[in-house]
Amino acid sequence: MILNYIGNFSLLFCFIISLIIFFTCLSCLNNKNFFLKKNLNELLFFKFFFALLSFCSLVVLFINSEFSNETVLNNSHISKPLFYKISGTWGNHEGSLLLWLLILTFFAFFYFLKSKTRPADERLLTIMFQEVIILGFLFFLLKASNPFNIIYPVPKEGLGLNPILQDPLLAIHPPVLYLGYVTTSIVFSSSLAGLIKGNINNLWAKDIRKWVFISWTFLTLGILLGSIWAYYELGWGGFWFWDPVENISLMPWLSLTALVHCVLVLEKRSIFHSWTVILSIITFTLGICGTFLVRSGILNSVHTFANDPERGLYILFFLFFLIFLSVLIYFINEDKFEKNNKNLNFYTKETSIILNNWFVMYFLSVILIGTVYPIFLEVLSNEKISVGPPFFNKLIIPFLIPFLIFMSIAPNLKWIKNNNFLNKFKLIIIFILSFSLSIIVSRFFGNTALNITILLAASFYLFITTIKDFMKKGFKNYSQTISHFGFSLLVLSILMNSIFSEEITSNMRVGDEINFSDKTIKLQKLENSTEANFLKLIAYFKIEEENKTKFVLQPEIRIYDKPKTVTSEAAIKTDIFKDRFLVINLVKENEYLNVRYQEKPFMLWIWISAILISLGGIINILKKNEKQIL
Amino acid sequence: MKNKYYKFSIVTFLIFIFLIFYYGLKEKHLYTPEDIVIKRFPNLFLNDFHSYNETSLDNILIDSNYYLINIWASWCLPCREEHPYLVQLKKNSLIKIIGINYKDKKDSALKFLDKFENPYTHILSDTNGTASIEIGAYGVPESFVLNKKKEIIKKIIGPIDKKKFNEIIKLLKNEN
Repeated sequence: MILNYIGNFSLLFCFIISLIIFFTCLSCLNNKNFFLKKNLNELLFFKFFFALLSFCSLVVLFINSEFSNETVLNNSHISKPLFYKISGTWGNHEGSLLLWLLILTFFAFFYFLKSKTRPADERLLTIMFQEVIILGFLFFLLKASNPFNIIYPVPKEGLGLNPILQDPLLAIHPPVLYLGYVTTSIVFSSSLAGLIKGNINNLWAKDIRKWVFISWTFLTLGILLGSIWAYYELGWGGFWFWDPVENISLMPWLSLTALVHCVLVLEKRSIFHSWTVILSIITFTLGICGTFLVRSGILNSVHTFANDPERGLYILFFLFFLIFLSVLIYFINEDKFEKNNKNLNFYTKETSIILNNWFVMYFLSVILIGTVYPIFLEVLSNEKISVGPPFFNKLIIPFLIPFLIFMSIAPNLKWIKNNNFLNKFKLIIIFILSFSLSIIVSRFFGNTALNITILLAASFYLFITTIKDFMKKGFKNYSQTISHFGFSLLVLSILMNSIFSEEITSNMRVGDEINFSDKTIKLQKLENSTEANFLKLIAYFKIEEENKTKFVLQPEIRIYDKPKTVTSEAAIKTDIFKDRFLVINLVKENEYLNVRYQEKPFMLWIWISAILISLGGIINILKKNEKQIL
Repeated sequence: MKNKYYKFSIVTFLIFIFLIFYYGLKEKHLYTPEDIVIKRFPNLFLNDFHSYNETSLDNILIDSNYYLINIWASWCLPCREEHPYLVQLKKNSLIKIIGINYKDKKDSALKFLDKFENPYTHILSDTNGTASIEIGAYGVPESFVLNKKKEIIKKIIGPIDKKKFNEIIKLLKNEN
């Protein structure tokens, strides 16, 4: 009980300290009197401390299952395992916002510690913008989604956590993702501050680069975790569904990817000043926009949170406040950018980076339109539609081809001018090689469409050139090479996966057998068992393949009591080159089970390549101010 | 001058998006994923099993009082179980049986029909399984009983057994 008050008052303290910091910064800026600045460090620390205290009290409330707290009541249950009691803290709307706030306050503190090389007024301004964001979230937390609402009389039992969220991967997915999102706020604040002070230059880029990379790496890892979870838990046998919530996490990732490259160019060549700032603003606002779309219930998706229009309205106002604020600041300070009249030569690194940036922006707008179009249509014409994979595939795949080709060539070009003909010759040879390779693959393993063959060629091209670059340059710039290699592997595995996937659906009961291409699938027996908080139905499938491999897959159906939910746990056998995926579903009032068996080639490589991509980011973060060679 | 226009248009555009989102929030979003009961069987365009010509299902469903649409495949063992009932049902003049061959190879499907007799007046092939998704089928075997107006009057998930066969016969008698 007492913890409810501690948590609540800590939040209030946070709010007050945040206000104090804001006004301290303001007066410091006006008076050019930096005496107070010493205290700023402590104030920022205290704010973080109170946020931590508040968060810890919520965790303890969850562990003790104190149902006097409304959030605990709605999302926990006594019989839930301890691990899920803890992870349940951020498995709901209120708790996840509190986690968000905690990370936000931590990074504000951390930024201030680590930014001593920057001019004082720029740091103060950054902290001010950061406080605006923190105040907005705190106000929202206290006003519309307080995690410490008290219920009296105290109920005996809670309502339980949604069973599909009771998963170890999902326990770390939100924190990792939030680390990514929240660090974009630092980039956002710092670029606005730099803009006002006219400080956007190569030195600024050098300092902000680490933040951009931290944010990009965490976001990549966060998306990967979510995707793996969806693959084995949602039972659809895919890893990406173009679901609105997934798209929302992909959009900031895309603009961050563009930003990662832009910041490097700004650092090396002192060009693209305004574009870098615009990208920072876009990235952060897309993150908040995602929060709005997911939390307000305006979109219909598999994982929308609490649908509460009041909350939606608040985030909407906050979102547009931030957008208009940054647009206004941008318009006013537009002239402060360093003038540059550098000519862009076509065969240079910077030109190909700007080209790739445009492609990324194109992908981003396709996804944005696909995601919000249903909302527009519903408001304007009252029609309800949902946009599915065909839309995205049609609009994205053709443009992926030139994108991949530019991505292969660009690292081989030089800054400013390029006239290395020997290199060009090699690139052409590799292109011919990869094109013939893709034709072989698509001819031998089925008649695939022309555009897929070309796409395959383009990704083979990137694959081979990155290997070549690695051989040639060695460890000179391996963070970039690893990330690019990971990306080519990702595109290749996704392509292979979609070309060679096989699937069969059938209704079966015990003893039934089906033959599917060259294998037999037999449902041997069913077994019931009772677990801590659910009933389990296990099906034993024996699968025999023509080459005499035999194995048993055991998919499960789990029937949870609190709240009453039925989930399917897929049985997956992962091999280096192929995943076998089997999922069962209950058919209403019937003795038959609906069985879905899939063979998914190269699944493992999709995960590995995403890990490689983020590994490149991690290496870049850990590298000590070494000379950056793009 | 040009500068002003672009600022103005960006701001207007943002305000427009804001308004859309604002009104979007006011709309009700409580769509429950209800079980969609298709009243009238949708018209499907599928390739004919024998001739590969594209055929419209509406052109086949013309001259009978009742139709049974049966989704089957040669690789599916429960389909073998239900097959004798389909053959028996074929003798009933009130009903016409139309087969949708699901994700199957033509040779093995033909062998299957040779071995167990062909109860179907027409067979369409659904090689990639999309048509079956369109009509909301869970898998094979599955059957739909339609009346003259092509409305679904019964849906059978899993094979037709003795009990279900009798239910169909009863249905045909009652409706007449």
